[in-house]
Amino acid sequence: MLWTDVDRLGYLDPWRILDRLNRASTGMLAPSTSEFPLVNVWMDGDRVLVTSELPGVEPKDVDISVAGKMVTLRGSRTSADVCKDECQHRHERWSGNFTRSFELPYLIDQNKVEAKFSKGVLQLMLPRAEADKPRKITIKAE
Amino acid sequence: MTDTNREMTKKEASVPEGVERTKPRRVFKPDVDITEQKDDTVLTADLPGVDDKSLDITLEKNVITIRGKVEPEIPAGYRLAYGEYEVGDYERAFTLSDEVDKDRIQATIKNGVLRLVLPKASAAKARKIAISAE
Repeated sequence: MLWTDVDRLGYLDPWRILDRLNRASTGMLAPSTSEFPLVNVWMDGDRVLVTSELPGVEPKDVDISVAGKMVTLRGSRTSADVCKDECQHRHERWSGNFTRSFELPYLIDQNKVEAKFSKGVLQLMLPRAEADKPRKITIKAE
Repeated sequence: MTDTNREMTKKEASVPEGVERTKPRRVFKPDVDITEQKDDTVLTADLPGVDDKSLDITLEKNVITIRGKVEPEIPAGYRLAYGEYEVGDYERAFTLSDEVDKDRIQATIKNGVLRLVLPKASAAKARKIAISAE
């Protein structure tokens, strides 16, 4: 095998190997299991922020339901330009119905859930229910 | 046309060999649909996080380049618990054929989707030739 071939394959690139190891060890960024829409989950203590890229979806077409620990995003995206196969030069954009559910590690306060949608990006704030928060125990000094 | 089971990933935009970007941010190649209609060709591109102010479309000679800047909008204090996508800019270029009327190109962006209408020049429109019987 020529050395240039090895280089082109890229698996001997130490940075790429390091990058792959890093992803595997942290469990972050798992694009191989992802489906439309792509979702990121951010945490800050007793709040979770779910961000999702939903370009071309109307806010009214996104159905968000919260039950207990579960959050479900539902919706659909249709191609605006209807045409037969012959006139389609490229078809890369995703279309169809989608459903994505997640389970959070705590009960969600359903009344305080906030959803924001701008520029095709959804931000969903899911605070922890007050009743589910752990009780703080104060230590008495003797 | 629906494709429910297609795997989603953001594809990184290519850079010429030996050239580096000035910003450390990642740059992705947006997904596009291109459909041809009778009078125009419509290019639809997914640019989540981009609006009319952060979008830049340039036409140089025959190459149309779409550049979208995305500012990450995560409030301070949050850390990523699970991630499927990265936020970055968008960039993609297309070569237009001579049959596009370059003066009448229209672009609109709504909900993170760009719609670029490339009208056909009148010379390129298919002309129906009447046949007269003798």
